[in-house]
Amino acid sequence: MANVSVKNLVLNFGSVEVLRDLNIEIPSGEFLVLLGASGCGKSTLLNCIAGLLDITEGQIFIGDKNVTWSEPKDRDIGMVFQSYALYPQMTVEGNLSFGLKNAGLGKQDIEQRIARAAEILQIEPLLKRKPSALSGGQRQRVAIGRALVRDVDVFLFDEPLSNLDAKLRADLRVEIKRLHQTLKNTMIYVTHDQIEAMTLADRIAIMKQGIVQQLDTPYAIYNSPVNKYVAGFIGSPEMNFFDGKLAGAKADGFEVEGKKISLKGYDFADAPRQAGQGACLGVRPEQVVVGSAAKAMPVKAKATVELVEPMGADTLVWSNFAGKPFRFLMEGTAQIGIGDKLDIGFDPAKANLFDAETELRL
Amino acid sequence: MADATLNVGQLGEPSGTKPKRTFSRRNIILYGTLIVIAMYYLLPLYVMVVTSLKGMPEIRLGNIFAPPVEITFEPWAKAWATACTGLNCDGLSRGFWNSVQITIPSVIISIAIASVNGYALANWRFKGADVFFTILIFGAFIPYQVMLYPMVILLREMGIYGTLTGLVIVHTIFGMPILTLLFRNYFTSIPEELFKAARVDGAGFWSIYLKIMLPMSLPIFVVAMILQITGIWNDFLFGVVYTKPDIYPMTVQLNNIVNSVQGVKEYNVNMAATILTGLVPLTVYFISGKLFVRGIAAGAVKG
Ligand SMILES: Nc1ncnc2c1ncn2[C@@H]1O[C@H](COP(=O)(O)OP(=O)(O)OP(=O)(O)O)[C@@H](O)[C@H]1O
Ligand SMILES: [Mg+2]
Repeated sequence: MANVSVKNLVLNFGSVEVLRDLNIEIPSGEFLVLLGASGCGKSTLLNCIAGLLDITEGQIFIGDKNVTWSEPKDRDIGMVFQSYALYPQMTVEGNLSFGLKNAGLGKQDIEQRIARAAEILQIEPLLKRKPSALSGGQRQRVAIGRALVRDVDVFLFDEPLSNLDAKLRADLRVEIKRLHQTLKNTMIYVTHDQIEAMTLADRIAIMKQGIVQQLDTPYAIYNSPVNKYVAGFIGSPEMNFFDGKLAGAKADGFEVEGKKISLKGYDFADAPRQAGQGACLGVRPEQVVVGSAAKAMPVKAKATVELVEPMGADTLVWSNFAGKPFRFLMEGTAQIGIGDKLDIGFDPAKANLFDAETELRL
Repeated sequence: MADATLNVGQLGEPSGTKPKRTFSRRNIILYGTLIVIAMYYLLPLYVMVVTSLKGMPEIRLGNIFAPPVEITFEPWAKAWATACTGLNCDGLSRGFWNSVQITIPSVIISIAIASVNGYALANWRFKGADVFFTILIFGAFIPYQVMLYPMVILLREMGIYGTLTGLVIVHTIFGMPILTLLFRNYFTSIPEELFKAARVDGAGFWSIYLKIMLPMSLPIFVVAMILQITGIWNDFLFGVVYTKPDIYPMTVQLNNIVNSVQGVKEYNVNMAATILTGLVPLTVYFISGKLFVRGIAAGAVKG
């Protein structure tokens, strides 16, 4: 068990700035997920924490020990890679024991640890096999085992499940969560799968171009994103955005294409605001209600169905609102066709409002 | 009418393996060309083997393509054991053992060093790695002639000019650029995450090289070995320049036998001597041909 703290981390590849003045505090035992678009520097950050990349500026602490200049093996970390990175010429047992032998552990100790890890991960029957004779899921289990046997304080995962098919991914996701509950280690997990992030994380860090946009619980990230980027990134299908301006004497209303929308009940942030200021209203497709229930909503409208995407449990409906495409979710059992007119409504108290220029939450 | 068209349609319906005609025009041209090219390369070898098995009287008849009437192994024995080169009259055998003594250490040392070089360049981006690599590449393009004399001076100063040790060092140095390049490209093609995983597992420079990289690199080692064995065995220039008659490699001795001016030209002995000299590279190719191709395909030419 150890906390990890990254202080003012800067990393450049030559003249390319990948991480800029990054600060993250991860308390002991936390499951932190790094989420972000491809190329935003997630793997780079993980490699810096692991000591596999020489950082340009800043400090890294693991368990209150300054490890900025330490070798990877002295950092008490274990790492699991997307491509598994199992040593192809060694058996599963050899893969698991490699790190332990390097650390100079006794034979009996090694055997005990392998047996324990194999039991936890249910890979006992595979110990004598070579990695080439394993399925993707089994390989990833072995890769996790390699970190597990070393009894490390911090687990680093770099997209460990993205090479697996959807079903296996869901299974292993649960296993990783269970593993975390059993071991209570600090875990840092990179992914660009939102569902993985939401289900696994104690806290999520959303990154964009080497900068952490928001670091908070999944609940807070989903319900009160700090800026438009985070709002658009989290949630699927994506949030609807309407560009308009603030209206009303206290700037507590929203106006788009001549339509006035009251923002009654919206929990405004502390940011200063004034009427006429450009703003952007975000409404999640799943927050829209349809039919008779819509009548009770503060904001009501009529929508014409333009496109229907059935997804099983839900059906995504595309229509038009205030001159912009507007998508909302209905129950999967709803029978609707193109051209149907529906009553829709939503509660602005649950919506998200952003400044048009800074894109920060209002 | 309608029936007929239907029938034809069913008969001509493509199904299963597409039929290929054995004697299509394409095949005739393809195999014809291949056979002609193969003949072109095999004919000289045939002439050599046939001639080496004839006695001198038969050779004087002048039918170089005719098979031997009376097969004799005399020329082979003479080429190996008693042909004269300058002062010695113990045939090619002396050159053979010299070449063995030159080739084995040169191959082992050059490959050992070059593989570590390539590994360091590919995986440990140490300070100045790029400069080092550029210099090595540049080295691959410098003509040997330019370095011949400076090398002589260097070896003389070290006191090993004209010794086998000196020649081994020369071969090791001159093989370095191309071999390092070969290994670097191969190691670069091994996934970087494997290397990272090993570092996290606490393995150091040598441990990663010996336990992770080496076992994965058999094909490229075979390629390097073939390149070096044939290259060093066939070398003539360095052999002449850096050794003296007693320790001439086989190629130089062959030249001395074939080009000796006194007496009659013994074509059969010359042919036998030439085949004997070429036997080692030939064997190496035959044994490792498949591995060679696989190694070349496995990233040796990528990069
Ligand atoms: N060795 C390198 N030299 C130069 N630039 C690099 C190097 N490695 C990565 N980069 C750049 O750094 C940025 C971040 O890369 P990184 O691998 O951390 O992205 P990532 O967030 O992990 O993306 P992904 O989700 O695709 O894995 C990218 O823009 C990439 O082009
Ligand atoms: Mg990555």
